[in-house]
Amino acid sequence: MIRAALAVVLLTAALPAQAQTIAITNGILATGDGTEPVQGGTVVIRNGRIVAAGAGIRIPADAQVVDATGKWITPGIVGGFSRLGLVEVDAVDATNDSEANNSPFSAALDVVPSINPLASAIAVNRHDGVTRAIVAPSTGKSIFAGQGAVIDTGADMEPITAARRFQFVELGESGAGTAGGSRSAAYALFRNALREASQLRRFAPSVQGGGGDQPDARLDPVVRDPNESRVFDAQRNDDVLLTRFDATALVPVLQGRQYLLVHVERASDILQVLGLKREFPSLKLVLVGASEGWTVADRIARAGVPVIASAVNDLPASFEQLAATQSNVGRMRAVGVQVAIGTIDDDDTRMVFRQRNYAGNLVALQRVPGASGVSWGEALAMITSRPAQAIGMGGEIGSIAAGRRGDVVVWSGDPLDGTSAAEMVFIDGVRQPLDNHQTRLRDRYRDLTKRDLPEAYRH
Amino acid sequence: MRTGRLAGAALALLALSGCASLAPKPKAAPPIKVNLNPYPSTYQRYAGVPTVIRGATVFDGEGQQINNGTIVFADGAIVGVGGADLPVPAGAQVIDGTGKYVTPGIIDVHSHLGNYPSPGVPAHSDGNESTSPARPEVWAEHSVWPQDPGFSRALINGGVTTFQVLPGSANLFGGRSVTLKNVPARTAQGMKFPGAPYGLKMACGENPKRNYGGKGQMPQTRMGNIAYARGVWLKAQAYKRKWDRYERNGGEMPERDIAMDTLRGVLAKQIIIHNHCYRADEMAQMIDMAKEFGYRIGTFHHAVESYKVADILAKEGICSAMWSDWYGFKMESYDGIKENIPFVHNAGACAIVHSDDPNGIQRLNQEAAKALADGIRAGVPNLSEPIAWTWLSRNPAYALGILDKTGTLKAGKMADVVLWNGNPFSHYSRPERVWIDGALMYDANDPKRRPVSDFELGQPGEGDVK
Repeated sequence: MIRAALAVVLLTAALPAQAQTIAITNGILATGDGTEPVQGGTVVIRNGRIVAAGAGIRIPADAQVVDATGKWITPGIVGGFSRLGLVEVDAVDATNDSEANNSPFSAALDVVPSINPLASAIAVNRHDGVTRAIVAPSTGKSIFAGQGAVIDTGADMEPITAARRFQFVELGESGAGTAGGSRSAAYALFRNALREASQLRRFAPSVQGGGGDQPDARLDPVVRDPNESRVFDAQRNDDVLLTRFDATALVPVLQGRQYLLVHVERASDILQVLGLKREFPSLKLVLVGASEGWTVADRIARAGVPVIASAVNDLPASFEQLAATQSNVGRMRAVGVQVAIGTIDDDDTRMVFRQRNYAGNLVALQRVPGASGVSWGEALAMITSRPAQAIGMGGEIGSIAAGRRGDVVVWSGDPLDGTSAAEMVFIDGVRQPLDNHQTRLRDRYRDLTKRDLPEAYRH
Repeated sequence: MRTGRLAGAALALLALSGCASLAPKPKAAPPIKVNLNPYPSTYQRYAGVPTVIRGATVFDGEGQQINNGTIVFADGAIVGVGGADLPVPAGAQVIDGTGKYVTPGIIDVHSHLGNYPSPGVPAHSDGNESTSPARPEVWAEHSVWPQDPGFSRALINGGVTTFQVLPGSANLFGGRSVTLKNVPARTAQGMKFPGAPYGLKMACGENPKRNYGGKGQMPQTRMGNIAYARGVWLKAQAYKRKWDRYERNGGEMPERDIAMDTLRGVLAKQIIIHNHCYRADEMAQMIDMAKEFGYRIGTFHHAVESYKVADILAKEGICSAMWSDWYGFKMESYDGIKENIPFVHNAGACAIVHSDDPNGIQRLNQEAAKALADGIRAGVPNLSEPIAWTWLSRNPAYALGILDKTGTLKAGKMADVVLWNGNPFSHYSRPERVWIDGALMYDANDPKRRPVSDFELGQPGEGDVK
């Protein structure tokens, strides 16, 4: 309970509306850990957490039983990289909080105040079995976009699972552009920024040790909110480029208390990023994109840096993606890279649900001669547990195992085949409503027969 | 050549007018025939062998499914489609299709492959001539880069055998479209679908008003969109009257205007309107404008709200080209629903799955699968996989005016055929072989049948499975 209380404080967790025990029984169960589905699977959720899962599980006497015979049961889909909740309509600037091109700040920007749990995109994705998402800001005038969060898609006003979980930076073509026109400029800016942070580091609070009931501070960074800066009065050199606020926000990145998600696509860029660990050994790097990752996959694997990739982009859409291929993910996985799927520059504000389709396509590649796909179990993991693990939250979300949050979806059929639909969605053990703007429109217009009153009265 | 003839005619006219007043009234010079096809297709089908696929499940594109079906094609054309008892010509290559599926090649009515090619650098941005709200004089084929790597991805992953390349939607009148066969070629003419009619891209809604309103120009509003377009149509009507009279009576040739040539072709029902239009209310207004000026709209593209006016579209005989689930990227796509395609179909209107996207074009079968499943779940009656395939080949062929040549597996039509390694409505299935005009253009088992564009040669990943 101490842990739960801490979670509230540290993670601003959404606790279930009511503590109850639910048993989802007799379905085709896939736990999201990379294994294949099993028949006759049961999941028991109590007080918002999974307490047992598998075949032959005893159903507690007090459980509310959901019969999932003939259905599939999986963990909720985790958006591997998205802008979910930051935007209502992309082209309507006033509703678009994904980037702040006119802000004087960059690294200090935090997506939390921008997340709208009532954004229609959240409900649309919840309808399709997406229960959590990694949400990053987009870059504005700097290579640093700011601090991203992990959210849930529950129908409540507490969307934040983990605030300020990571910093997001662009170091490929896009970063080169914002930094002044070259990758060299981007790296100079990056190094300078971390050095400015290092001048402030000694004033930052020490990392709290793990142990006991307390969460590991490195996994759940104790973010004595760096934005409420404890280093407010620190001395700095005169020679500074960053605002004090931005430099302060980079302290936890430098210390490895906050993940650093880096978007790069080109093979040479990937190697440059891996090389940053020599200079800044505490960095907790995650590669985002990595379209050419397969060409340097062994080196990514050796570095132990996880990748959140686009699944099926196979076009030389830019000069940094000349080697793009649908086999990228399969090939990286084959040599031991930990790969998750995200929607990178791909309708990332609204269409996280497409990750399901992408995962299915990776399975299909197994049957294309010469191509590299992944197994069904691994494909599901890539849109559930792998993104969670990439940012150190695999113990909390993304899979069905005792102790995890109760994010469970019951599907009409195989969730990686696009023809299936989510029939029941639980987040933190709470059954979620699945209607949204789209389903209401569908019901209003399914029959166009003229009635006594206009359509506006059909609801 | 034409100038020479013209000069001769003018001289003759002068000579006549010099005659005595008692001479009969001078006859007008006969009209000169204008070449309306100055950039003709040079496409020629590639060599194929007489081929039989047996034992496959066939979706014929007309709404029928044949289990344990047989398809025969030779000399570029489909010879016959039927059951296991269909006679097979001697000497034909026989492919065992057991456990596999055969369909007509997919046709995408909305692509920018070639005019927004990969890599998407500004030097390649050739889709929008956004220098005036009305640019009917531009032709998409003059922007098409035949080396776009996107063509091969659409072929080998998507089973796409034909597609229409459209200008973008910055303009009310964006220019002429071109329909291409998905074969690698050195020139755009080498891909041009022989005999396909031209289309004209029109746009309503947000894009034109944003593009020009942002520059302080008309149109800045939706009312400006319509007002501007009406003005252009008035000019087109006058131009058409002038040229019709000339072609009937001869005399002095009116001045040619290549912008107006296109619009005259629309008014003469020779060029098909492809109208980018999202919102239901705007579609109704575009229909009224078409009636005002006497032209027909062939297809509304990106028709996100067709489900709201599907009855009107059915009555007017207008197709809707739609996505399965795109929504929310701008206001006019805010009311997108996942049942749009099946609802339009259910109203008896022509439903098409389109991509407008170099990635989406590789998975149109999956988009149709999602729409089909959503439609069935919503209770739309009489939906089935063979019916849903009409959204991918028959209806787009109809929209492009090429249904007599392709789009269904019917004897005599072009042998544009895909053999899938499983049910193409499953995300787990992929094209195994693709024939265009009976020529095997892709074979998953043959690395040599995997096109590599000039751009990709010597680059990282050349010739890889894409």
